[in-house]
Amino acid sequence: MCHVPDSNNNAHNDSSNRSSDRNLIAQLLLVVAGAFAFGVFVLPPLYDVFCEVTGFGGRTNAEAVAAIEAPDLSREIRIEFVTTTNEYAQFEFAADTDSMTVNPGRMYFATFTATNLSADEKVAQAVPSVAPSSAAAYFTKIECFCFTSQAFVADEERALPLQFIVDPDLPEYVDTITLQYTFFDTARVAANTEN
Amino acid sequence: MNTSIIDAHGHDNDHSGDDHHGPAKGIGRWLYSTNHKDIGTMYLIFSLLMFFIGGTMAMVIRSELAIPGLQFVHPEFFNQMTTMHALIMVFGAVMPAFVGLANWMIPLMIGAPDMALPRMNNWSFWILPVAFGILLSTLFMPGGAPAGGWTMYPPLVLQTGDSFPFLIFSVHLMGLSSIMGAINVIVTIINMRAPNMSLLKMPMFVWTWLITAYLLIAVMPVLAGAVTMLLTDQFFGTSFFLAAGGGDPVLFQHIFWFFGHPEVYIMILPAFGVVSEIIPVFARKPLFGHDSMVYAASSIAFLSFIVWAHHMFTVGMPLTGQLFFMFTTMLIAVPTGVKVFNWVATMWRGAMTFETPMLFSLAFVFLFTIGGFSGLMLAIAPADVQYHDTYFVVAHFHYVLVPGSVFAIMGAAYFWLPKWTGHMYNEALGKVHFWTSAVFVNLTFFPMHFLGLAAMPRRIPDYSTQYADFNTVASIGAIGFGLSQLLFVWVLLTSKKGPKATAEVWDQPQGLEWTVPSPAPYHTFETPPSLSEMDSHH
Repeated sequence: MCHVPDSNNNAHNDSSNRSSDRNLIAQLLLVVAGAFAFGVFVLPPLYDVFCEVTGFGGRTNAEAVAAIEAPDLSREIRIEFVTTTNEYAQFEFAADTDSMTVNPGRMYFATFTATNLSADEKVAQAVPSVAPSSAAAYFTKIECFCFTSQAFVADEERALPLQFIVDPDLPEYVDTITLQYTFFDTARVAANTEN
Repeated sequence: MNTSIIDAHGHDNDHSGDDHHGPAKGIGRWLYSTNHKDIGTMYLIFSLLMFFIGGTMAMVIRSELAIPGLQFVHPEFFNQMTTMHALIMVFGAVMPAFVGLANWMIPLMIGAPDMALPRMNNWSFWILPVAFGILLSTLFMPGGAPAGGWTMYPPLVLQTGDSFPFLIFSVHLMGLSSIMGAINVIVTIINMRAPNMSLLKMPMFVWTWLITAYLLIAVMPVLAGAVTMLLTDQFFGTSFFLAAGGGDPVLFQHIFWFFGHPEVYIMILPAFGVVSEIIPVFARKPLFGHDSMVYAASSIAFLSFIVWAHHMFTVGMPLTGQLFFMFTTMLIAVPTGVKVFNWVATMWRGAMTFETPMLFSLAFVFLFTIGGFSGLMLAIAPADVQYHDTYFVVAHFHYVLVPGSVFAIMGAAYFWLPKWTGHMYNEALGKVHFWTSAVFVNLTFFPMHFLGLAAMPRRIPDYSTQYADFNTVASIGAIGFGLSQLLFVWVLLTSKKGPKATAEVWDQPQGLEWTVPSPAPYHTFETPPSLSEMDSHH
């Protein structure tokens, strides 16, 4: 039944052409494998580096850093706090103050309050983002509840501390920085990991 | 190219098929076929079937949008329709149609006996019905078909129900099929050209397909990687795109469009090739600037890799990024302009006639250019904030895809149909098909520019009343365009009833495909043709 044309009678498929076909196919398959690897193994880490270098996406430091205070009293920057709760997270989450005015180079504290609305233990993770993104590199967190995930017992309400300093090198045109937190329930990520 | 074709043994090609067995009988001919003409035919029929399935979904969309309010379908189903319509038209209709044309015509145009890898050719076709069977089966699953848009942006796409893994798997299969098809095309073109056919002597359709095939092997694996990461995020605990786990959903958009923008040119470069074959025949002049066409197509292919973020101006990007992607995008207008200029220059002072393939090609040049202009408007980063995700974008990409790619495919079908069937199709009906298509396609998509400029959002089943009249016009156009395509099917079904076609079919066309009889015998160019030394393509 199987119909395979008898193709040995044409000039193409003699042995030298077959080997040049094989070489070309091997090269093309290498391109395919390379392109797949580029998509999965190169682009994501590259994007991470890109975001860290440029502050793209409003990314801020993810680990505590030490900073030296050198207040610049001539400049006042307005810091706004915005909080969002992910639709799957059964939490109430808000900043205790909506905004504050700060001097660059001086350390400040702010607190947020989160409440576990469910009757179960939950683990939450806050993910920060700074706007404008050009200010992200100058908004330095000394201590933040977003550095680690936060465990809550049923119905627990807890204050979450943030300690930050705005770098005096902040570009001149920035007079307002918005710090936005999204509160996620990590159960989805955790459940996936267990699988 | 004044090709005088004499094969190596001095006899003409008319009887070259006679020494060998013809096609197998029954269904086995199609299931097991390794013949490039059979496989080309299957690709073309498959893509026509998908064109009608995707078109039916478009009819659902346009019926729902004909008047304000919700009338026929639930919003969830509407979203499934927009998502599936796009996936089916892109991966099921346009791409396989071009692969079908490549299968049929590339060996005939370069004087090769078949594709280089005939068994893989069979495989790459037969994967497609499986892939689309899986994709279409999701319509009947609990939770329905994917509804998060064909771009599959997380986190929304991760909320797709049971159909999610089926979506990913079918995209993998489509990619696999395209990659195998592309490898086959490259090996065929590089290793199997007739003696003396240097790269720059190749016909434009072959050239554009060579470039397209390289684009395919470079970006289809990236799409496969992107959807694989979606799959692992959903089922295997990774957080590539999950913000809660330290990932970033915007990363997906970058990877997707790194595939997606070259994909745009994968769908249009072979159309450029088709039009570059048709216009010279009916203008009775050689193609103006053959080599500059090659360089232009190559430049477009290169630029397509560095413009992807113009799809994402509104997700937030540093100013320098916006400027870079804006200017590189606008730069694409230069090589595209070269191509349009060359087509017009080919027609300049030509002895033009207006058979159906030429009509489709002329409409292509004119209407694709409109789509190009709206693309330039969208490339302006500050203006794009207004246009983004509105019907202006819908108008733009439908102008380049429907009167662009689809018209080129139809022009190609009319152009080469007599070569495939051995008979002239019904020219009068072909012209009616063209004119109804051309009128209705504009009636459908032109008002969408105005709707978009007035900020009507895309992918929403309802709209406020100020958008009413233009939407009604667009819906009437869409129904008309859909019905016009039934005429095309009728022309195809009756295509063997016309008068017998000569080997040349048209008035002194240039190229090897016109040197074999019509219909093209089952086996052609078993001994390579020799291009006589004085031939010049220019």
